[in-house]
Amino acid sequence: MIEFRDVTKQYPDGTVAVDGLDLTVEDGKITVFVGPSGCGKTTSLRMINRMIDPTGGSILLDGKDIRESDPPLLRRGIGYVIQHAGLFPHRTVLDNVATVPLLTGAGKRAARARAAELLELVGLPQEVARRYPPQLSGGQQQRVGVARALAADPPVLLMDEPFSAVDPVVRDDLQQQLLRLQSELDKTIVFVTHDIDEAIKIGDRVAVFRVGGRLAQYDTPSALLAKPADDFVSSFVGRDRGYRALGFLTATGVPVAPVATVPAGGEVARAREALVDGWAVVVDEERRPLGWVSAETLSQMDGSVDAEQLVSGGSLFEVDSTAGTAGSLRNALDAALSSPAAVGIAVDGRGAVVGGVTAQTVLAALADARRSGEVPG
Amino acid sequence: MNAAFAWLFDPEHWSGPTGIPARILEHLGYTSLSVLFAAAIAVPLGAVIGHTGRGTFLVAGLSNGLRALPELGLLTLLVLLTYVGLLPVVISLVILAVPPILAGTYSGIRNVDRAVVDAAHGMGMRSSTVLLRVELPNALPLVLGGIRAATLQVIATATIAAYVSLGGLGRFVIDGNNAGPGSPDGYPQMAAGAIVVAVLALVVEGALALVERAVVSPGVRDAARAGRSARMRRRPTGDVVENPI
Ligand SMILES: Nc1ncnc2c1ncn2[C@@H]1O[C@H](COP(=O)(O)OP(=O)(O)OP(=O)(O)O)[C@@H](O)[C@H]1O
Ligand SMILES: [Mg+2]
Repeated sequence: MIEFRDVTKQYPDGTVAVDGLDLTVEDGKITVFVGPSGCGKTTSLRMINRMIDPTGGSILLDGKDIRESDPPLLRRGIGYVIQHAGLFPHRTVLDNVATVPLLTGAGKRAARARAAELLELVGLPQEVARRYPPQLSGGQQQRVGVARALAADPPVLLMDEPFSAVDPVVRDDLQQQLLRLQSELDKTIVFVTHDIDEAIKIGDRVAVFRVGGRLAQYDTPSALLAKPADDFVSSFVGRDRGYRALGFLTATGVPVAPVATVPAGGEVARAREALVDGWAVVVDEERRPLGWVSAETLSQMDGSVDAEQLVSGGSLFEVDSTAGTAGSLRNALDAALSSPAAVGIAVDGRGAVVGGVTAQTVLAALADARRSGEVPG
Repeated sequence: MNAAFAWLFDPEHWSGPTGIPARILEHLGYTSLSVLFAAAIAVPLGAVIGHTGRGTFLVAGLSNGLRALPELGLLTLLVLLTYVGLLPVVISLVILAVPPILAGTYSGIRNVDRAVVDAAHGMGMRSSTVLLRVELPNALPLVLGGIRAATLQVIATATIAAYVSLGGLGRFVIDGNNAGPGSPDGYPQMAAGAIVVAVLALVVEGALALVERAVVSPGVRDAARAGRSARMRRRPTGDVVENPI
């Protein structure tokens, strides 16, 4: 647990970067610091590993004031990932990752073996290990940065805008991977970003800072979307927050109605009979959806249902499966809205069609959830 | 010029304690002694100043001040003050070699990517480890550049040793001058001496380039190359200012 107690940082030039910060970072969770540029996120983060010392208040790590620790020793127990990775250009990728184990006295062989494990864990191929950092893409460098921070298995991980310098597709990938890693490793992660979407996506708890280094709100992502503390937070959280809030409600309460399906390659005449409200879903042998057909598209096919001539479907959403990967109300609503037949296709964990939902049923489920108090607001 | 080459390729001038090989060895001796001393002073000093950011004024001050001193005047002064011998020669050559090495080391350390240094501290390296294991290896191309520049200057200037009756390739220049015009050991000997100094400088330059290839990490070489092309891309107008070292 990391506790900020009335922490203030004033730089020598008089700038107050952090002002009276009181905040507790919970163990095993991802806590995100978010806010506009210059609001003191980086300063707050760097005070945790004593890269910066506060001018007032104190910071406790597991109950112990960090001022009592020797900074280098403190830092070896805290992973640190920065925006441009900051990899050592003169060392191979493998030796970069082995840095902290070597510092803490591991033998060269053991440190390198550990480094190889970590490269695999972050999804980098073997051959990357012997390259030098300038020979890697930005996304690969960031992965190496994460591997390097995790090498000595520190309980705490500090990440300062680690994914903001890579393109959106790679960023999405890195975010997913971080969540996957976290589900295995249960680190206490403090993550800085200026991107509220990223904060909501990966944070268990989000601290919104305002310029001048003051904490505006500290809450779960769904509470932040549903009940912003003031105008600053609500404008920072941005547009569509009602819609985005649906992303935090599982679609388990949405009734899934039967949906008309026809097999690909089946007879057109029989498919025509199966249409409901003029539409049917075409499925493969394992009942996975391929697309939609209407009376009009069927009239252009002769003999059998041609998988090449379908109307492409909308997004899919997963109903509760044994894996617990149920989609959200946002997924369900989006599936309904994006479907040509106005029916969102619900699939099970293996991707087979189990039924359909309409926008009305999703909204009705939302209203029920509101009434039963599941949704604040 | 032909006379100079005739003198140069005369087998008689290639043997004995006053022959060209012996003089080259003496010359290289003064040079390496001076450059080693200079590096022993300037590399640690430049590294510490670059690392701490304290004493930056020393780098600029020393470079300008020392460069303004005319070597010969300094040498004469030292000779008058002490005695004729190796020491004043080496001292004046060291004074000549310190500024480029100091400047190279200092700017090498300062040019290391701040994010890299920050990460090194953030991972728990002690300050001295950051300097020795991170900053210096990355600064190496500029440190060696400074040493190369210093070595070339010292090779050219080590001819002054002959003024105080020491050896080295300067002997041919001085003796040639003293022999007077018209003598076969006059102008041709002087020109031959100058040619040998020039060739020696080229060979040493090449050797140091090889050393650089061997000791600089491939990652640092790549980074320098990537950084250079990035700079050029940013300024397509042709006003690219390359580091002269
Ligand atoms: N070394 C310093 N000296 C003086 N002022 C500083 C220093 N470092 C940061 N500041 C100032 O402190 C304030 C907070 O800076 P900080 O880097 O913590 O912001 P940030 O929230 O991380 O911003 P960004 O999103 O731009 O990274 C800013 O006004 C900044 O200009
Ligand atoms: Mg920042």
